Formats: sequence, structure tokens, C-alpha cells
Amino acid sequence: MAERNIRNQPSEDLPVRKDEPQVLIKDLWKVFGRDPKRVLKSDLREKSKEEIQKKTGCILGMKNINLSIKKGQFYILMGLSGSGKSTLIRNIIRLVNPTAGSVIINGQNVTKMSGEQLLQFRRKTFGMVFQHYGLLPHLTVLDNAAYGLKVRDVPKGERYAKAMRTLETVGLKGWEDYYPGSLSGGMQQRVGLARALANDPEILLMDEPFSGLDPLIRRQMQDELVELQEKLQKTIIFVTHDLHEALKLGDRIAIMRNGEVVQEGTPEEIVTQPADEYVQEFVQDASPAKVLTAGSIMEPAKVLLYAWEGPKTALTLLLSNKRKAAFVVDKNHKLLGVAKDESLAKLLDKGEYIEKIPQSSIRTVPTVSENTILEDMFSIITHNPYPVPVVNDDGRLMGVVTTDQIFESITPAEGDENG
Amino acid sequence: MVEFPEMIDIPLAKAIDAGMEWLLTHLDGFFDAIGFVILQVVNAFEAVFLFLPWFILIPLVGLAGWKLVGKWKSGIVFMLLLILIGSFGYWELAMRTLALVIASVFFSLLMGIPLGIQMARSDRTQSILQPILDAMQTMPSFVYLIPALMFFGMGKVPAMFATIIYAVPPVIRLTNVGIRTVDREAVEASQAFGATPRQVLFDVQLPLAKPSIMVGVNQTTMMALAMVVMGSMIGAKGLGMEVLIAISRIEVGQGFEAGLSIVILAIIIDRITHSFSEKK
Repeated sequence: MAERNIRNQPSEDLPVRKDEPQVLIKDLWKVFGRDPKRVLKSDLREKSKEEIQKKTGCILGMKNINLSIKKGQFYILMGLSGSGKSTLIRNIIRLVNPTAGSVIINGQNVTKMSGEQLLQFRRKTFGMVFQHYGLLPHLTVLDNAAYGLKVRDVPKGERYAKAMRTLETVGLKGWEDYYPGSLSGGMQQRVGLARALANDPEILLMDEPFSGLDPLIRRQMQDELVELQEKLQKTIIFVTHDLHEALKLGDRIAIMRNGEVVQEGTPEEIVTQPADEYVQEFVQDASPAKVLTAGSIMEPAKVLLYAWEGPKTALTLLLSNKRKAAFVVDKNHKLLGVAKDESLAKLLDKGEYIEKIPQSSIRTVPTVSENTILEDMFSIITHNPYPVPVVNDDGRLMGVVTTDQIFESITPAEGDENG
Repeated sequence: MVEFPEMIDIPLAKAIDAGMEWLLTHLDGFFDAIGFVILQVVNAFEAVFLFLPWFILIPLVGLAGWKLVGKWKSGIVFMLLLILIGSFGYWELAMRTLALVIASVFFSLLMGIPLGIQMARSDRTQSILQPILDAMQTMPSFVYLIPALMFFGMGKVPAMFATIIYAVPPVIRLTNVGIRTVDREAVEASQAFGATPRQVLFDVQLPLAKPSIMVGVNQTTMMALAMVVMGSMIGAKGLGMEVLIAISRIEVGQGFEAGLSIVILAIIIDRITHSFSEKK
């Protein structure tokens, strides 16, 4: 009892540092059926889902899941139906109780919480969005959005004020007096999102929120969610079966199959180094151009001109490297643009002595950041003969990406042709 | 024909008789108390319906027909039908029957809805209640008219007791089914926000199950009306007794008038309670 009290101290006493996991899932199992514990005690626990079902009639929902999710992370649980992803997200909030293992959130063991503790914890920690919206058809949009606050006994005025604000955030201003039934699917899901955000939860749980929407609306909602997350910086746990959605939204992805996590990593790792055939199959139609970033394939610039060098030095440098042009940086390594041999030669032809490369001879070029995905660079490389410079927020030149590099990295590796 | 061996003899009838004997001697006060409460309620309803003059009640029903069923034509038809009952000379008896029905429905809902909720919440309760409900509905109603008579004597109370037992299953069943078929995600959403089981019940389950529960209320009311007619056999005054008298005297016309009055009450009550289940 004493131990339990210590473990379940309010989260205010245990502030979570940015680098610490906010959600820690340890050895989590879920077996559906009669007397599920017996499956875990016997050697059946090493067997596959099919074998367990055949021998005991129990259905394995989740097998020994271990995950760690950091604060502010957009975390994706991906898999086909029956892979256990929905079971897992429901275990985190204990809509389904795990058979064994623990879920630790903000240092508190959720699996050990008693009924009342759990209710309080849900109220202040979570917001949840559902695939079929889960709205209350007999309440207006405003009352639906305010529902989480009503559960917490927030006074009516404050409740509606907060709900109005979140409805505005999701773009539903003016719809508050309608009933959910008269709204389109996309708008209903916005109500669901507003309801989840009205509580200002630390963790947002989203169970296939966009799967029921048609593709155009889905893409739009994804974009808006990305924008919203930029502002809110919540920890989001997002379930999907759509790889493109996962790659687009996720900071990290856990791929599940038959109740097990088969691979966990960044979108880039998943696409470039699939752990097994299952993941391989999953990602084979994923375009690396949507995943790989400029930062991941850039190389240092081979030839660099410095702004304080004279045109003569610069031209010599270009000639000796058999280059027609090169990037120019200042003494802080900030990119100024590109200088071509013709324009430098022209300066020298005039015969005047020039101390440094004049501004007029430097042409500015489009730049990208390290996080730009390759797909977004296609339009630059078609209009621009130079390699694409990659700069950081201060404008410093970090590296360059050539057209060849781009095409090399988006072409499937050898050996893939058979598969 | 091969006879069933006589040595296999389970004396259920004797056991039940003994049980009844025991109940009657030991729980007499308990049944008296129940009977007293039932009587007070039915008398209150009867007082209201007998107090309301026909020229107020008929327009009220007409208004209900118009507003609830949604067509003004229904209101007119309801009023004409009630006038027909009055013209048969059965107004007072119809009011007594109505009071009996409404009081029975009142008790049925008082028991049935909480039981239905309990049944929806626990699979065990459901598996226990299911066969009991089946028995209550299929057992010939005369079978419990007799014990009702033994517990409460003649009159309205045993008639209502029998009516409640006969009429309560549909509302229990449909409350159970209604709650069990509520959108799972709506319930989960409520739970995810930290709602207590009570909040889930009143915010989500009952409102969303309302159409189904109202169908149950409708069916319970119709069954109560059917049973109240049987109840006249053990002394409940009303239209049923009139039918009974007519049958014993072989007065076909009078029997038909009384029977038609019951049908009219049934139609009006059905349409009005049915309208609740269709509305959102």
C-alpha cells in the first residue's frame, strides 16, 4: 500500500524532463479469453498468435510490447487490422486492461491505479479522438466540444468559453449550435478533435482519426494537424494503417504485426532499413522522396569561394577544380550565393584591381533546410543548374545536394527488383 | 405408446404448494405492505382520471395526438374514437381501465428500467435474467393469477400484480439491448475523458438507448392493457369485466362494444407511446 502511494504521487511532484520518456510501456501483454494469465505462465508465451489460439482458445492481442515515447513526440502505431494497434492505444488509457506489464506515464504507473485515481488521471492527462468520431448525437457541437470539461465539473460559462476557443482552432466557428448528424464526416472529426483539445491534455490519443474520411479531406486534416502540432507541441499517439499518413505525420513509427512490434524507428529508418519482409512489403510502395531529407543525403561543398577573396583568386580556384561556378560564403560561413567563372572573368577583363568579389557578381540561389524532404526539392532542381545548397536557420551553408544524389537515393537499391 | 416410467417423479407441484404455504404464513405482512402501496398508486391514478371530465380529457388527447404523433388528423381521429367509447356508455369503466394500465406501467418501468440497466452492465445478470424473462412471457397468464389472488385477495391489486409480471419483460429486454448496442466509441469517448460509470450512463448510454427503451415502454403498455382485461377475472373493475359479463350472458353486441372500447384505448396508447421512440 505504501509503495503504491509513492508510485502514484501526482505528476506535479515528478516533473518530466524533456529527454525523459513521458510514456513508457514495459513488457505489456494482452490476451483475450478465459483465464488469460495461464497463457503467460506457461511456455505458450513464446508461441505465435495462431498456436496460442489453437491450443487455448485465447486470442493474443499484444505480445510483450516495449515502447518509450518522449514528450512532444508525434508517435505512430502502424499495422494492419488485427495487429494490436488499437488494443495498445486502449491499454494506455486503460479502456482495455492489460493482462501483464505496465504503462508508466509521467512517472506514474497507470496499470496500478485504482478506479478513482484512474478517472482523475484520465481527466487531466488525456484527450482522445476516435475513428467514427464517438460524438454524442443528442448534444450540439458546442456541448460535444465541452463534454470533457463537463465531466470534470467545470462551470458552464468557463466550459463553453473554452469549447468555443477550441472550436475556432479547428475551424468550426459558427457551427456550434448544429447537431453532429448534420455535419460532414470531416467536420464531425473536427468536433472530435476540438473535444479532445478543450481539456488541454498533455497526451493526445488518436485512433485512426482520418481513416473514415475521403482522401482529399484526409490530406487536408493531416496538414492541419501538423500545423496544429507545431503550435501545441503535445505528445500525440496516433494509430493508423496508412503508411503514407504515418510517414507524413510521425516523428517515430512503431510497426505492429500479430500483436508484436516488429520495427520501431524514425520514418527514414523504416523506409531505408526495413527490419523484415513484413515491413519491407509495407514500405515497398512508399516513395523515399517523401521520407528522405536534404540533411540526410547532403555532402560538403567541394569548392567554396570566400567573399573576402579577390576575383583573381576565385577564378584560379574554379579553373584548378575544373568548375564553372561555386558557392560564395562570408566569414561566418553564411551563404551569399553563387559566382560564375564568366562574371569573374569579366571583372578581370576590365583590368581594375578589385579587392573582393563584388555583390553584383554573386547570384542568389534557392536554398533548402536540412528537414526539407526530397520531393519538395524536385521543382528547385528542374529550374536550377547548380547543386542545391542546404542552409540552417542562420543561413549558414551546411552542405550541398546534387541532382545525381537525389536520383540515386530515390532509386530502389539493387536486389529489390525481385521482390 | 410407451409409458413414461412412474418411478421418475419429481414432485415440483408439491414443493411449490409448500413454498406458497410458507410465504403466506411468514411473509403475510410483507405482501400486505406491497398491496397497500400498489393500491394507493392505482387509486391516485383512478382519482385523476375520474376527476377529469370527458370534455377536458378528449381535447387533451386530441392535442397529444396532434403534437406528438405529428398529424392533426390523428388528433381528430383520437377524439372521435373516444367519443365512441362515451357513446357506448363505457366512459367511467374506460377511465378505470386506463388508470389500472397506467399504474401497472408505472410500476413496470420503475422496476424494468433499472433491471435492464443492470442487465446491460453485467453478462452474468443477463444470463440469469434471460430465462426468467422468457418464463414470465410464455407462462399462461392464468398461472400467476391464482398466486396473485392468494397473496392479495380479490380486486385491483392482484390484477395489477399479475399485469406487472406479464408486462415488465419487454422494457427490461429493450433497455438491455438498447444500452448494449450504443455506439462503442461514444461510450469509450466518455470514459476516456474520465467519466464515472454514472456519468457514462446518464450522458451517453441512456440518451442513445432512448429510442430502444421507448419501444420497450410501448410494448409494455400494450401488454399491460391486454392483461388488465384478464385481471377483471379476479375482480378488477373495468372494461374487461364488462366483456366477461357479456360472455357469461351470451350478449354478443355488448361484448363487442366493450371489446371495441379496449381496442380504441390500445390504438391511442400505442400511437402516442410509439411517437416517443421515433423522436430524437
